[in-house]
Amino acid sequence: MSAGTDTNELFGDVDLGWERLKGRAFLGFCIAASGFGVFALLLLLGDVASQAVTAVFVRDISVVRFLTESASRFPDEAGFYAAVVGSAWLMLFTVLLSFFVGVGTAVYLEEFAPDNRWKRLVEANLANLAGVPSVVYGLLVLAAVVNLTNPLSGERVGPILFAGAVALALLIMPIIIVSAQEALRAVPDSMRRGSRATGATNWQTVRNVVLPAALPGILTGTILALARAIGETAPLIMVGALLTARRAPEGPFDTFGAMPTMIYYWADRPEVDFHYLAALGIVVLLLILIAMNATAVYLRNKYETEY
Amino acid sequence: MSDDRLGITGEVASGDRRNERIVTRVLQGCAAVTIATTVAIFAVLLDNAFSFFYGQRLHEAVLGATLDQRVGVVEFITGTRWAPYHAFPDYGVLPLINGTLLITVGAAFISIPIGTATAIYLSEYASERVRGVLKPTLEVLAGIPTIVYGFFAISFITPVFVRPVFETLGFSVSFYNAFAGMVVVGIMTIPMVSSISEDAMSSVPDDLRNAAYGLGATKQEVSTQVVLPASISGILASYILAVSRAIGETMAVTLAAGHRSQMTLNPFVEIQTMTAYMVQMARGEAALGTVEYQSLFAVGLVLFLMTLSMNLLNDWVKRRYREVYR
Amino acid sequence: MSETELEIDVDREEDADEETTSDEIAVETRDLSVWYGEDRALQDIDMKVPENKVTAMIGPSGCGKSTFLRCINRMNDRIDTCRVEGEVRFRGKNVYDDDVDPVALRRRIGMVFQKPNPFPKSIRENVAYGLKIQNKTDNLDESVETALRRAALWDEVKDQLDSSGLDLSGGQQQRLCIARAIAPDPEVILMDEPASALDPVATSQIEDLIEELARDYTVMVVTHNMQQAARISDKTAVFLTGGELVEFDDTKKIFENPDDQRVEDYITGKFG
Repeated sequence: MSAGTDTNELFGDVDLGWERLKGRAFLGFCIAASGFGVFALLLLLGDVASQAVTAVFVRDISVVRFLTESASRFPDEAGFYAAVVGSAWLMLFTVLLSFFVGVGTAVYLEEFAPDNRWKRLVEANLANLAGVPSVVYGLLVLAAVVNLTNPLSGERVGPILFAGAVALALLIMPIIIVSAQEALRAVPDSMRRGSRATGATNWQTVRNVVLPAALPGILTGTILALARAIGETAPLIMVGALLTARRAPEGPFDTFGAMPTMIYYWADRPEVDFHYLAALGIVVLLLILIAMNATAVYLRNKYETEY
Repeated sequence: MSDDRLGITGEVASGDRRNERIVTRVLQGCAAVTIATTVAIFAVLLDNAFSFFYGQRLHEAVLGATLDQRVGVVEFITGTRWAPYHAFPDYGVLPLINGTLLITVGAAFISIPIGTATAIYLSEYASERVRGVLKPTLEVLAGIPTIVYGFFAISFITPVFVRPVFETLGFSVSFYNAFAGMVVVGIMTIPMVSSISEDAMSSVPDDLRNAAYGLGATKQEVSTQVVLPASISGILASYILAVSRAIGETMAVTLAAGHRSQMTLNPFVEIQTMTAYMVQMARGEAALGTVEYQSLFAVGLVLFLMTLSMNLLNDWVKRRYREVYR
Repeated sequence: MSETELEIDVDREEDADEETTSDEIAVETRDLSVWYGEDRALQDIDMKVPENKVTAMIGPSGCGKSTFLRCINRMNDRIDTCRVEGEVRFRGKNVYDDDVDPVALRRRIGMVFQKPNPFPKSIRENVAYGLKIQNKTDNLDESVETALRRAALWDEVKDQLDSSGLDLSGGQQQRLCIARAIAPDPEVILMDEPASALDPVATSQIEDLIEELARDYTVMVVTHNMQQAARISDKTAVFLTGGELVEFDDTKKIFENPDDQRVEDYITGKFG
């Protein structure tokens, strides 16, 4: 090889020019793909926002009435109030049902369970549960709660709010467990050893040292799980939630409607006036989701400890 | 006992020991709830689906109730007409499976290439600043309720995009159409593919990249010929999860693609997925125990078995293609 | 080769006709300085690396010898905070010129790393990788065999070319990486402590291999093992903490009669 041509090759021969073009085209594709997700999100938010703005400023739907009235046959009189209250009740019972069992499972897996077949079975099963479609949880509760006969009254249990909460609680249980496991794992072993060295039992160590340290992480995970639950529609429809929430539920054994089912009902109506209500409902739902996520981020940042 | 004077063998800590045992039992109970959930899903679906076919629930049949064949299993699995409300009803589940797979495949054509390319960009190209914006944005995409995607489909994707574009191209597009369902399900599963694939790509040791760069590979060659194959198990897992999610997706396809069960590959007509049928049935008036009502569970069982096999496939892929290096 | 001859060559490099310089010197650095952010890793390095010889770079850890090596084929480009000043001349051309493509450069200057890093592919594909990306795919099997023979690995792996490169032992993996580096026939091979992760037997195999390679290639090897440098190299550069090139001369001279007191102290183990 002569040195003259050698030097020239460093400038890039034809072959490399082609490769550079290929590289640039590939990067262009990757950037376009990354931009697509952002673009889709902006389109979606823009679509909802523009419909909501039209609802308020063009169709003259009163925001106050929307938030204080409940479902109606007439789009002008319909509101979101009962649905919001229904969702609030649902979240209360969902968190009661899922939090303790979920955190208990996480504590068991991380702090108590010996590394044996049973533990591996529970963990493999968790991964599987996380992949079960939400609509199937609704079916489970429909058959295992709603369609049962109440031994006191002799009647079918029926589509009560509590049943909806059970479905949502089962649905988010794997999320709570996995996030609580991560929070527990983040507590350094030195803290456990310190406690054990003073003669504490495993449970005393967990209760007094590990759980307090992991609590912010566990709460953050729980809030994020609830944010998932509050938008879930399919399981509620399966258990028989009212699509038109005309009045707020009065307790766990009342029939109920919720925000997502109300939105579905409005969006599914052929009359376009109801679509504007759906858009307004989505804005309320998204604002609540933003508030929940902000709380979770705030908790995480406030109590985040560097070990 | 003499040892008692030392205080390390006797009853000193027995109360705490008892507490420890009780707590362990309680926590085991919590863990058992998760197992019970899986068992209950299986049991409930089998029990009720049995009555769809044989008129009696499985546990009743076991207790000796006489069977009354209503729908044949073979007819259910191979039938190409699903018409539960018809005067002459038919219960062939294939049209519903057809609808589900049509949406799933269409969505995969969107989420897999876009999600993978996004993952490559995030893992191999993007600066810290771009990552800091792009990753949370994609998480937002994943956090939006599916009902909102459904609304997006009927208020934007179909009227502003699918109909104008494809009707100009000469297709006839109905208001409810599979295409809009594919698009929104595709969009909502992009973040699953991109985040799981990116995790897998980021965990490829930098040594491998250096080796390829040292040989004069371009960045594109390093990304596609070294990083991609080395993280293939995680990438495949993300595809399977996205497909599984698309199969079980309910509200977006119910709103976007409609309720006409038919055997078709045409993405511009109204179809019905298994999940959309379940919504339609649950909204309906069918009486408990009737064959129409119990069909809910038969379809639910098929759906559950499909997503379960996806999960098992995922496990298998992870074991089969596990990266050997640390 | 005397210092004076080299000086004359350098004086002529500004001329368009560079062929005469390239015959003797493969790589030359001028006032080469490197910063990582605010920290200076190399200080004004001037060095002329002779062709078809083994040049060793030794020094205590943190002295910048690996940084120096990575400057030659611009692997430092991959580190965002890294800034290079001065020149690295390969066949008379400054590789940091704007018109130089690092990808093209690395196809001429191969590299072997400290830790064996075979791709999770078959042995055959590992060796063929560089050939494929450089479109040197004629007689692929033959080229793979040649590279493996030169890396003294052929006899051990010829029956298992399709098994994973990761199934080999550490020493075999490193020889596989060397085969991979030499398969596309580069002119210079950079080796960054190629034997430091290996056991003594594998180390001596690698050392034999390096001496063998110097017949066809210019080899630059970083090592922290002075005995290794003394055994395998023709020229030795001694770097000391702070990124300073203290002395660069024939290996024999460096180890027997260094000019600089600090080099003597380092060689004799008084510090470092």
